Amino acid sequence: MINESIKQLNDKNQKALSIFLTAGYPKIDNFVDLAYKVYEAGADIIELGIPFSDPLADGPIIQKSSEAALSNGVSLNFSLELAGKIKEKIDRPLILMGYANPIKRYGIDKFIIDAKESKIDGLIIPDIPLEEYSDFFQNKFSDFEVILLTTPTSSEERIKKIDELSSGFVYCVSVTGTTGIRQTFTNDVKHNLERTYKIISNNKMMLGFGISSPENIKDYKNYTDGFIVGSAVIKSLRADDDKFTNTLKLVSELSSACREDSL
Amino acid sequence: MEKKTLYNYPDQNGKFGIFGGRYVPETLMSALHELERTYSEIKNNNEFLHELEELQRDYNGRPTPLTFAKRLTDYFGKGKIYLKREDLNHTGAHKMNNALGQILLAKKLGKKRIIAETGAGQHGVATATVCAKFGLECVVYMGAVDVERQKLNVFRMKLLGAEVIPVESGSKTLKDATNEAIRDWVTNVDTTHYIIGSVVGPHPYPMLVRDFQSIIGNETKEQILAKEGKLPSHIIACVGGGSNAMGIFYPFINDDSVKLIGIEAEGFGIDSGKHCATLTVGSEGIFQGMMTYLLQDQNGQISEVHSISAGLDYPGVGPEHSLLKDIKRAEYHSVTDSKALGGIKLLTKTEGILPALETAHAVAYLNELMPSTNNDDIIVVNISGRGDKDINTIIQNIGEDI
Repeated sequence: MINESIKQLNDKNQKALSIFLTAGYPKIDNFVDLAYKVYEAGADIIELGIPFSDPLADGPIIQKSSEAALSNGVSLNFSLELAGKIKEKIDRPLILMGYANPIKRYGIDKFIIDAKESKIDGLIIPDIPLEEYSDFFQNKFSDFEVILLTTPTSSEERIKKIDELSSGFVYCVSVTGTTGIRQTFTNDVKHNLERTYKIISNNKMMLGFGISSPENIKDYKNYTDGFIVGSAVIKSLRADDDKFTNTLKLVSELSSACREDSL
Repeated sequence: MEKKTLYNYPDQNGKFGIFGGRYVPETLMSALHELERTYSEIKNNNEFLHELEELQRDYNGRPTPLTFAKRLTDYFGKGKIYLKREDLNHTGAHKMNNALGQILLAKKLGKKRIIAETGAGQHGVATATVCAKFGLECVVYMGAVDVERQKLNVFRMKLLGAEVIPVESGSKTLKDATNEAIRDWVTNVDTTHYIIGSVVGPHPYPMLVRDFQSIIGNETKEQILAKEGKLPSHIIACVGGGSNAMGIFYPFINDDSVKLIGIEAEGFGIDSGKHCATLTVGSEGIFQGMMTYLLQDQNGQISEVHSISAGLDYPGVGPEHSLLKDIKRAEYHSVTDSKALGGIKLLTKTEGILPALETAHAVAYLNELMPSTNNDDIIVVNISGRGDKDINTIIQNIGEDI
C-alpha cells in the first residue's frame, strides 16, 4: 500500500511526504486531531513514534518529546490505541516507529494481533539491523510493511539486501548521526543519495534525518522518491498553540515543496 | 574416552545462547564488522600480543599479586581467602587491562579520536590515560550525577587531557552516558573508535572486553596453582556490566569444581525498587545493542536504578553473564549499599586494603558465604579497584568519626 501511494505521487512528478509524530505528544487528549490535521495539511504518510526511555538513534528534540510522552503515560499499548483511532478517522498510510525492547516486552505475537487491529501499515525498528532481522521478526510480519534503513556507511551489498527485505519503502538516512535539524549538509550527502538511489530497485526510497525545510526538499528532489520530516515538526509542536497553527503551516509548506513539479 | 563439550561462546553471530547480538542502528554495522575483522586478525598475531604483553608488564604493572588475606581468613575462622589485586593496576582498577588492548586496536583501525562512557570514572581515567600515552584525542561521557559524586576522577581525566562531557538526560548516570557515547559514535563513526568499558554493548564488544580482561583469571589460575597446588573452590567478583567478573571467571569456566559467584548492587534493597540487581530480579530485553537481562517496567521502558557505587549503577548486564546464569555455570547474588559499606570497613581494617565501593560488594558477600564453606575451601575475591575515588561518598555515609 505504501509503495503504491508513493508511486502514484511520483507518477505525477511529485514527491511523498512523511511526517513523524511522537505518540501522545505534545498532549494526549487532542493527539488524534493533530494527526488528522497533519494529513489534511499535506502529509502523505505519518510515522508514529512509540516513546522509549533510551532512544539511541534520536537527537535531543525527539528524545525530549519521547520523555514528555512517557510522563504523559504513553505506552506501546496506548500508542496502538491512538493509531487505531487515527486510522478510523482517516485511512492514509500509518507507520509505527519504535525501538525493539517495548515491542519484545509486549510480546511479538500479541503485538502483531493488536497492530493489525489498529490497521497499522508499516513498521520501522531502528535497532534491528539485517543481522537481527530474522531472529526478531521470525517470519511473522508478512502482514506489515517492514521498512529498513540504509545509511552512508552501508555497503552496496548491504543496501541490496536491505532493499530485498524491505517493503513499503527503504528509509535512506541522509548522514551519519542521530535524528535532528541540520543547518548545513555537505556534498557527501548528495553523493550518498545518488549512490543509494541507483542501487535500490525493489522499493521506493524516502530520505530522512536532518530534513527540516522546503529548501532541503528542493535541494534533494532529484535523488529520492520522498522525504521524512521529524525533529522540525516536533520542535514546532513544542511551542505551538492548541490549533497547531505553526506546525500545520510548516507541514503545508513542506508538502507544497514536494508537490512542485520536480523536473 | 568421551570428551565433554567445552564452553565456546559467542557464536558467529555474536550470540551467547539467546543473549548478545548486535541491536544497533545500521550506521554502526560497518564499524562493528570492521572491528570484529580487525580483532580476529590481530588477536593471535605475535607482534600485537607482544606489544600488549609489554604494556601490561612495563606500563600497567602486571602481573598483579594474588595476596593471601590472613587476618580476613582468621576473622571468618575457616577456609583460605585470597585477594586478586586488580586495585594495583596503573590508575587503580582492572579497567586498564581493557583500555590498553583497545587502544592498540584503535591504532590498528587507524582511528584518531577515542570516546568512552564512564560511571565511577575508572574506565574514563583508564581511557584518558592510554589516550595520553598514545597521543590520541579523548572524549569521555559521564552522567551528571556521577560527575558530582566522582569529582576526583573528573579532575584526573581533565588533567590527562580528556574532554569530559556531563550527560543530563535520563537518570544522569552510566546508562545515559553510554547512550550518549553511542550517539557520538553513530555521528563520528568514520574517525572514532568507541572504547566500551565493560562486557556490554553490541558484538564484538562483550567478547573482546572479556578477552582483554581474561588476563585476570589466567594469572589467578597460575598463581593459585603455584601457591596451593589446586584450583580455588570459589571465585567472587562484583558485577555491574560485569567485566572484572568475566575477566576472572572466563579462564575457569570449564573447571566445573570452581564455583563462580557474581555480586550485584542491591542499593536500598530489592523491595525498595531502588537497586541494580539485574540478574537477581531482571527480565530479558534489548538494550544498548544487546539482548540481556534488564531492569525494566511492564511496558519495556528501562528502569531508573540505584547503587551507592557509580560503577554498578546500571540497569543492564553483560550478555555472557545472562547466559552463565541461565546455564547455571555462575550464580548471582546481591548486596545492599549499607552492607557494601561494611565490606569497606572489613577489608580496610583486616588487610589494610581500601577497596572501591564496587569491589566492596564482593567483599561483603563473604559474610554470607563463609559460614557455609569448608576448612579446605579456597576463596578468591577479585579486588577490582581501589577506593580512594570513593572517599567523599564514604565520608558522607559513615561519617568522619570512625
